[in-house]
Amino acid sequence: MKYYSYFPGCCMHEETPMYDSSARAVAKALDVELIELDDWNCCGSTPYTVVDELAAFCCCARNLALAEKRGFDLVAACSDCYLILSRTNQHFQHYPEIRAKITEALAAGGLEYHGTVRVRHILDVFANDISSDEIKSRVKVDLSNLKVAPYYGCQVVRPAPSFDDLENPQSLDRLTESLGAKVVPYPLKARCCGGSLILSEDEIVLGLIRKLLENAQANSADLIVTVCPFCQVNLDAYQGAVNRRFKTNFHIPVLFFTQLMGIAFGIDRKTLGLHHNIVSADKILKTLVKV
Amino acid sequence: MVTAKVHGVNDFIQEISAMPGGEKINLCIQCGTCSASCPNANKMDYTPRELIALARAGMRDEVLSSNTMWLCLSCYLCTVRCPRGIVPTYIMHALEHLSMRHYRTRPRVRTARLYRLFSDTVHAFGMIPRLGCMMAYFLQTNPLKALRMIRPALGLLTHGRMPIKAHKLEPEPMKQLKAILDKAEAMGGL
Ligand code: SF4
Ligand code: SF4
Repeated sequence: MKYYSYFPGCCMHEETPMYDSSARAVAKALDVELIELDDWNCCGSTPYTVVDELAAFCCCARNLALAEKRGFDLVAACSDCYLILSRTNQHFQHYPEIRAKITEALAAGGLEYHGTVRVRHILDVFANDISSDEIKSRVKVDLSNLKVAPYYGCQVVRPAPSFDDLENPQSLDRLTESLGAKVVPYPLKARCCGGSLILSEDEIVLGLIRKLLENAQANSADLIVTVCPFCQVNLDAYQGAVNRRFKTNFHIPVLFFTQLMGIAFGIDRKTLGLHHNIVSADKILKTLVKV
Repeated sequence: MVTAKVHGVNDFIQEISAMPGGEKINLCIQCGTCSASCPNANKMDYTPRELIALARAGMRDEVLSSNTMWLCLSCYLCTVRCPRGIVPTYIMHALEHLSMRHYRTRPRVRTARLYRLFSDTVHAFGMIPRLGCMMAYFLQTNPLKALRMIRPALGLLTHGRMPIKAHKLEPEPMKQLKAILDKAEAMGGL
């Protein structure tokens, strides 16, 4: 059994409950214990940084302090939470003045932090802490007919030191292959989906999403797997908007990689939250996946 | 006056250098790798490289009133590739912050409103409830655009992905978070 503190992040309560449920189910199947961090708060994301950087660091530091008390690596499923928590950790270590201010603010809440927590992304855990043999031994469903575009997005490979190549990451490719699915080349795999600017600059961001979908389609992917809630929401919930805007006709399901793992492990559809996916994967899974 | 500015020693550059991640702005060799890597460079008033050049020339108004930093997606590709180890992404964040402080919210930079709203919500709930935030944002900025966004939002809603009831921190942890954030704010930033 391996133990981790788990930081779900706001998206798991909101747009992407299926990432949360599938991650927990897959972890269980792999003897990984994800212990949710009690009373965690929002990481603050980029917006808070821009408005008040110190407050943004303190937001994260509260979570880090809670995790430090427990002592395990802190695992985030959202790439943005992962990046923001890591950045607070780095700044805490590199800038004595920031460290002093964070320490003072935390004390107002009766907390302290010493900078010892290691922040991880859940992809890193499933791809690197678990051997591919272990993954293969859990596979019950044949995915060999499924062609998958592995989409990392940008932020998962940003915190330094990165657990994977910054521009041509491989961990999700390897993991998908261990599940028995075919990985198609996906040159835009580490490019940005536009993130939350979909709300304020939709014209621009729809264009970015279109390129990502086009690139997956051009490489004959049946579906895309992703590791970040923002990427999933943009590619899935706004796929229709892309089609309307550009008169395209995309119909590419976008699954969380943990959902695909769950499918391979034979975990039921409901637990994996496949009904939450807006571009339904049902048809493709029915025709291409042999149980 | 102008010559003093082009030497790069000006208040503006000092202000930026004093912010975390902004220290290395003077190492920029104007190679343009950041601009070539940026997915939004062609939509920006000035590309990231140009923005750095303007900042080093002390052209505060031009920089802070531009849309450049507000189109930054925080994808960090410029940062990955910069040969001088500069973090243009952090410079963008620093400039957004300065622009917000000095210019308040300009109607053309909707992202500023969005960011302000998100951070206020974190302060109030410890979380970001999406439905409320999206509605508040579109009402504040562009109700017409809300019509365009209604289908994606409905898609999320009908697939159980936009809870009506906002998730909040429990009262005790919320009190703790608030004490920490109030203290941070009282310290007046970094
Ligand atoms: S990549 Fe770095 S050195 Fe080159 S122009 Fe951009 S900030 Fe300057
Ligand atoms: S981090 Fe911002 S400025 Fe840098 S490449 Fe990405 S969008 Fe452009």
